Amino acid sequence: MRLLTHNMLSSNIKGVTNGFPLRIEIEKVVEKQVEFNPDFLKNMFPKIEWKALVNASHSMGYVELPEEVEPSRLDSEDFLHKFHHALLELHLEEGALVCPETGRRFPVSKGIPNMLLHEDEV
Amino acid sequence: MWYLCMFYHRLLDYRKAEVESLAQLFANDEEDQYKTQRLKWRLPLHHHPDSPFHFVDLPSEDVARNVSNRSILVKGMYELWGEGGSYEELEEAIRSYPDERKLPYLEPDSTFKINVDTFGKVISLQEQTQRIHGLSYIPFKGRVNLKSPEHKFWLMETDDYGVNNGLPPIVQRRIFFGREIGGADRKLLPTYQLKSRTYLGPTAMDAEIAFLMANQALVMPGKLVYDPFVGTGSILIAAAHFGAMTMGADIDIRVVRDGRGPDCNVWSNFKQYGLPMPIALLRADNNLPPWRTGLKEIFDAIICDPPYGVRAGGRKSGGRKLMKGVVGPYTVPDDKRTDHIPSTASYSLVECVHDLLDLAGRMLVMGGRLVFFYPVVREDDNVNNSFPEHPCFQLIATSEQILSSRYSRVLLTMVKTSQYTEEIAEEARLKHKDFKENHLKWLEDGNLHSAVFSPSDLPLNGAADAKTSKEPKPKYRGKYV
Repeated sequence: MRLLTHNMLSSNIKGVTNGFPLRIEIEKVVEKQVEFNPDFLKNMFPKIEWKALVNASHSMGYVELPEEVEPSRLDSEDFLHKFHHALLELHLEEGALVCPETGRRFPVSKGIPNMLLHEDEV
Repeated sequence: MWYLCMFYHRLLDYRKAEVESLAQLFANDEEDQYKTQRLKWRLPLHHHPDSPFHFVDLPSEDVARNVSNRSILVKGMYELWGEGGSYEELEEAIRSYPDERKLPYLEPDSTFKINVDTFGKVISLQEQTQRIHGLSYIPFKGRVNLKSPEHKFWLMETDDYGVNNGLPPIVQRRIFFGREIGGADRKLLPTYQLKSRTYLGPTAMDAEIAFLMANQALVMPGKLVYDPFVGTGSILIAAAHFGAMTMGADIDIRVVRDGRGPDCNVWSNFKQYGLPMPIALLRADNNLPPWRTGLKEIFDAIICDPPYGVRAGGRKSGGRKLMKGVVGPYTVPDDKRTDHIPSTASYSLVECVHDLLDLAGRMLVMGGRLVFFYPVVREDDNVNNSFPEHPCFQLIATSEQILSSRYSRVLLTMVKTSQYTEEIAEEARLKHKDFKENHLKWLEDGNLHSAVFSPSDLPLNGAADAKTSKEPKPKYRGKYV
């Protein structure tokens, strides 16, 4: 699971009002290279919850992203590479996503998060 | 400018739609009318609408080349130098075609090749050579190169090939001569054919159709494409081939995560072709998508083949008995939570399509495309043409593929033309509730399986009767090809 996916997902258990961002529990992180595409990053940037991305990248051990960011930073090649790395190349292979409100664990196995709810959660 | 477009004689309903989509993809901003309006089409004299020959108006030769090279169904796109009902008429037409259009391609230092092609009949090599020699009135100055010529010329002929051979009826002989501009790369199809793919499911999408779907969705490098019913990834493979970032979800964990072993799963399918892996695969329910509130307009296209309950049925969260109201919600004991496998209930097609449209309305960028298959029951060859609608979307293409005498599937291409508003979201919420409360009724209404598989009403009194009641083979197969 890449951090782009993490940035899109929330816990949708019945009754949970703020299921975002999910806390990351790490068992195994791998880096997977993805082709660098500045246009894709520029398109994605306004849709990203920046704080959640920064915190998620910290929990994966990557501390290069600035806490606050202005859209003008997108002109910097260096920044784009860091953004690219955090968003697309850090990959949670084994672990879990944890609902911030209820503590429910959504397991991540072989890089695939299991977001399906139990019968009593729908 | 008008070009002669010759199609492969298959998937007739998909041919023009593909060219229209690709023209939109490749036309540049100054060629605005080609982006916003439908293309102009014209048929050759006396030709049936299902004929493989069409004339199409495209903004430039570059666009015509890009469109045809990217397409799957365009056999060739040509600059027409002449046409006629006989070789005399053809000669006259070619002679009167302006020299300034012809001479640049006939230069002494160029190389060329002439191909002869026929539709609906076969002619011998000898006859082909004769026909090529018959073109000696064209002042070819270049050298012949059969392997990699700079310019390819085509002499194409249709003739009265009689009836009852499954081809569109033809009234009169027609001959075309033109310079090739481009054509589909059909080598893709043997490369991606399903029979050599490692990981397959029961409803894996055929490679040719998957590429057509990707073309309808205007897939390009740097676009983000999502398939909510990813299965073995066969649709996303086509999107990844055209350079898109892909994302897929499925409710069945066995399909997305485990596959059939370490080198036989969705990831390995992408590896097999050297394509970039999907950006994300996840297990999620299309009925209760796990996207955070506030997330919208993130996908450039959503392409999918929803489960219609004929070869594979849809599933959603919530137990079968729970949805029927037989039992109350099952509370999972705390010690069993970790490895609990939640039960699922049937997911009717109506509800599934409703959820899909709602999701697409919210998650697609403006101008983004939703491309999916929708099944229709066929009655006496009349297809009931009512397709799902949504206030955010405009339906721009419908292409039917007949699957059996009972039903066919229609590829719907929709464009997001309006914003997803609060009112639309509220309406979707109410509808979602209605589906949940009247689970059984909706399941009954959307039952396609019985329409497709129920025994026929005709009395079958022995083999003799069955034989006589058998209808003669249709004269012209039309969309069956």
